[in-house]
Amino acid sequence: MKQSSLFQAFGAVIKRDLLLAYRHRAELINPLAFFVMVITLFPLAIGAEITLLKRIAPAIIWVAALLASLMSIENLFRADYDDGSLELMVMTPHSLSVLVLAKVTAHWLLSSIPLLCIAPLMGLMLHMDSDVIGILLLTLLLGMPVLSLIGGIAVALTLGLRKGGALLAILVLPLYVPILIFASSAIDAAVSGFPVSGHLSMMSAILFLAITLTPLPTAAALKMSLS
Amino acid sequence: MLAKKLEAQQLSCIRDERVLFGGLNFTLISGQVLLIEGANGAGKTSLLRILTGFRKPDSGELFWDNEAIDNSQSFYQDTAYIGHNNGLKETLTAQENLNYAQALASTTLTIDEALEQVGLNGYEETLVRFMSAGQRRRLALARLLCTHKPLWILDEPFTSLDRASIKLFEQFITTHVMQGGLVIMTSHHDTSLPDTLMQKIHL
Repeated sequence: MKQSSLFQAFGAVIKRDLLLAYRHRAELINPLAFFVMVITLFPLAIGAEITLLKRIAPAIIWVAALLASLMSIENLFRADYDDGSLELMVMTPHSLSVLVLAKVTAHWLLSSIPLLCIAPLMGLMLHMDSDVIGILLLTLLLGMPVLSLIGGIAVALTLGLRKGGALLAILVLPLYVPILIFASSAIDAAVSGFPVSGHLSMMSAILFLAITLTPLPTAAALKMSLS
Repeated sequence: MLAKKLEAQQLSCIRDERVLFGGLNFTLISGQVLLIEGANGAGKTSLLRILTGFRKPDSGELFWDNEAIDNSQSFYQDTAYIGHNNGLKETLTAQENLNYAQALASTTLTIDEALEQVGLNGYEETLVRFMSAGQRRRLALARLLCTHKPLWILDEPFTSLDRASIKLFEQFITTHVMQGGLVIMTSHHDTSLPDTLMQKIHL
């Protein structure tokens, strides 16, 4: 008889979620397609004004990424809640916050990595300069995990509701504002040729704060949803 | 297995201003089965959810080895629960489901041994989606067998099982209890578990 370690449990949750995503791989495409579609609509609506497009491109990509992340996070705990595996996850000797962090990590891997791969292409389509695209990717890399972490709290809170979709957006979008502001000011600074390290440090600080703090309320909300 | 004890003091549960039960006391020690009986809506599942710690009792306290379960280090390490839904992932195979369960707990039997004991050998690679309701129930039982959990909390364990499987399930419950385990269950069926091991609560 051997008690599993917290590290093993963390790995097992990530592995299971990745495996489940692989079995439902058609669903993985949805947020990515949504991301590409939203971005494509802008040049069509605005017309071929290169200077305007170039100016608003980072904003378009960030808002699209934010909405795509919101779209995929809805299912973070839903299936586990419905089939009873959430109960099993709560009834382990391991800290629920750490297992929550594992689930959010899996979500981040599945939702952000494909988006990061396609974002440079979208940047080129909107006539962004290549060095600005680099900064855009950095802000996405630092910012997307924060979106998943904060989204997790709201998803756990709305789990007991039949149709939590709209409420989820209302709860979560205001909380996404700080990260959006720092990301866009970093990109603005890059466009004007100023140093961006200050903005990026601020984003990293938010990221680490979110990693340490958000799993606690998420775990508490999950326990509440089971009562 | 070390002797364990679950103690309930003055538990009560109120739902929609209706008192489902109040002043409930019991002590369950290693080697005993607690059978909770009652009509539909009498509060059997509510009581089980209190006993698993998911729901707070409206009054009263629960102790696992003399520690309140909220503060107990070992309660969740020692407790397994099978609810109305089995806690299985439909798009994972039997083996993957058990692998995951073992990674979150401590291991006793290997997965192959557990599957063989519940009569699911040969189904290792089958997706749960393609299993019948009874087979899923047996897979959930295999999960209990392959992880080390002294306290089993079972909500209607015999639903959708055929007669032979019910017998098998009862056998596992008896063996578990004989080895010093504790079982709390609700059931509509008449159980043929030995009376000497059994306590009954009628809600």
